[in-house]
Amino acid sequence: MPSTIRVRATASGDQTDVQSLIQHPMDSGYVKDAKGELIPPHYIETVTFEHDGKVVLTAFWGPAVSKDPYLKFKFSGAKKGDELKVTWTDNLGKTDSSVAKIG
Amino acid sequence: MSARHAPAAGLALVLGLAVCGIAGARAADAVDPKADMKAFQAYFYEKFPNVKHEDFVNGPYSMDEGMRKQWEEKEEFPPYDFAVEKGKELFETPFKNGKTFADCFENGGIGVRQTYPRFDAKLGEVVTLEYAVNRCLTENGETPYSYVKDDMAAVTAYMAFTSRGKPFAITVPDDPRALAAYEAGKQYFYTRRGQLNFSCASCHVQNSGRRIRAEVLAPALGITAALPIYRSEWGGMGTATRRYMSCNSQVRGTPLAPDDALYRDVDYFLSYMSNGLPISGPGARP
Repeated sequence: MPSTIRVRATASGDQTDVQSLIQHPMDSGYVKDAKGELIPPHYIETVTFEHDGKVVLTAFWGPAVSKDPYLKFKFSGAKKGDELKVTWTDNLGKTDSSVAKIG
Repeated sequence: MSARHAPAAGLALVLGLAVCGIAGARAADAVDPKADMKAFQAYFYEKFPNVKHEDFVNGPYSMDEGMRKQWEEKEEFPPYDFAVEKGKELFETPFKNGKTFADCFENGGIGVRQTYPRFDAKLGEVVTLEYAVNRCLTENGETPYSYVKDDMAAVTAYMAFTSRGKPFAITVPDDPRALAAYEAGKQYFYTRRGQLNFSCASCHVQNSGRRIRAEVLAPALGITAALPIYRSEWGGMGTATRRYMSCNSQVRGTPLAPDDALYRDVDYFLSYMSNGLPISGPGARP
């Protein structure tokens, strides 16, 4: 099973730029399929980014976030070669995580 | 413009020959793909003198500075990435009989996208990359993919990805069936249809580079080099067939069936017109 997460983190000076893309349907629960039946809600509730065991960002998402969400942010305190761990959990209890090396 | 009048001229020539009592066998000479291509490319190069020739394959981004900047940022993190990865996996996973896609294509299917569509003399019809993928599946006892999206888009995305930068090398052999397919594709491209009465050319030749609501119309030249594409409007990947079908519905026409031979002929015509331009697919479009 290929990873559902793409992360790219680059450090310049004290600042690290992080970009991530997560593959997820993000079904709100309000959309109907071709047969007219409701597609059950299926969306990511939390995304966390950890650097060196410390959470640097937690995102609380919900049904209003688009399919295959993209997230970009900056944080300080990391250096090149450090590891950044990304984890998401959705409303069905599914989860995936990925570790990226800061470049 | 001259390309649009060519069929009429061809018809006149056929009639002329018939009147003179010369056998219709020479009639195929009236179809001149090479001259069409020259005129087609010259039209776009004249219309957009500031666009580098190889940049036409980037569609609207070659025409609009703002869109280009957004796209360049997006390309650092391309939305078709997941499809390429899935395509690679499908491509390398053996079929039930142990064979893989690599057994159906030259060079193991790597870096061959620029040679499709092609005319297959044995089958007597045009074989697009999508058609070749499905033929490979059925020949090996597998279920063919949908021509529109999902697995088909993934596999063709991977195959295009391995062929990036290679110039389109499409040939129309001197075979009346190949010329007929080419001509059918060309006719389809220039024929008006739908409630809006648009031909493919209305948007992608005459009005290319102009806005249609918030979108910039891509030039027809090089348009197939970027396929398959991730369209934000679709929220996912789509094949060349999906692109043609959505064009048909956007002019409020009725799309053909996804496996209709005419779509393959259009793909053949358009890709031939783009000969020499590099493969840029899979692409990302708004």
